[in-house]
Amino acid sequence: MTIREIAERIDAVVYAEPEQMDEDLSGAFASDMMSDVLAFGEGHAVLVTGLLNPQIVRTAHMLDMSCIIVVRGKVASEEIKQLAASNEIAMLETKMTMFETCGKLYEGGLRK
Amino acid sequence: MTEDSNALHFHYDVDGNNFTSAGEASVQVKRMLRQMGYHPDLIRRISVAMYEGEINMVIHAKGGDADVYVTPDCITVILKDVGPGIKDVNLAMQEGYSTAPDNIRSLGFGAGMGLPNMKRYSDELIIDSVVGVGTTITMKFKSA
Ligand SMILES: Nc1ncnc2c1ncn2[C@@H]1O[C@H](COP(=O)(O)OP(=O)(O)OP(=O)(O)O)[C@@H](O)[C@H]1O
Ligand SMILES: [Mg+2]
Repeated sequence: MTIREIAERIDAVVYAEPEQMDEDLSGAFASDMMSDVLAFGEGHAVLVTGLLNPQIVRTAHMLDMSCIIVVRGKVASEEIKQLAASNEIAMLETKMTMFETCGKLYEGGLRK
Repeated sequence: MTEDSNALHFHYDVDGNNFTSAGEASVQVKRMLRQMGYHPDLIRRISVAMYEGEINMVIHAKGGDADVYVTPDCITVILKDVGPGIKDVNLAMQEGYSTAPDNIRSLGFGAGMGLPNMKRYSDELIIDSVVGVGTTITMKFKSA
């Protein structure tokens, strides 16, 4: 799925450069615990999390993940958005829960 | 390794009082390794393992020193703190074992996965820890 398709499916507010929107993502990992993400996350995948602090961006960056979805209507601070942008990581905010978000991604074709 | 005078050496101070900036040394190392042209998979392993170690220094100790040595066939990451030390290293190595308090867990850490991840992603992990004195973690990554 591309980041554009993902954003449409979960009705997200998007912070990304236009050229990032067509990147094709291979999978997703969902957790609020960053060490679980660091154990299982893969490059070019999306991180789905309800946590909101600079470490979600660094965790994604370390793993070469290119997109973060923040769930449950949380709003990223300017600082976090800038950190993501400077590491070329797309930030998406959705009002959906983690469960709903994952369901939508699975439905859309992300299966691992 | 450290005595190899041909090794490139990079030093970083890890601030133990600032969770927000924790991981910045690992970010810099990742950038440097990219510039040096290493394979993305190797860079990912090194940066994830170092990041886990750097976070541990901040949440369990009071920060410390991070040193990275680069030779043609090996990258060595040494993380040294003068924190409380690890009482039982075998226990600490088990997935899920954590002494982190709830406030750390609410920041996304304290799953007890860091040391196992460091073991998984490195070619060699040496933990040298003395209670009341501190902990030195050495991780080696073969690059050739
Ligand atoms: N540098 C350190 N100084 C003192 N104790 C440490 C240090 N690193 C790890 N420990 C101890 O080992 C335990 C296990 O560490 P590990 O990194 O595996 O898990 P964690 O840090 O508690 O959680 P996570 O890494 O999943 O966020 C810690 O809870 C802590 O008790
Ligand atoms: Mg840890």
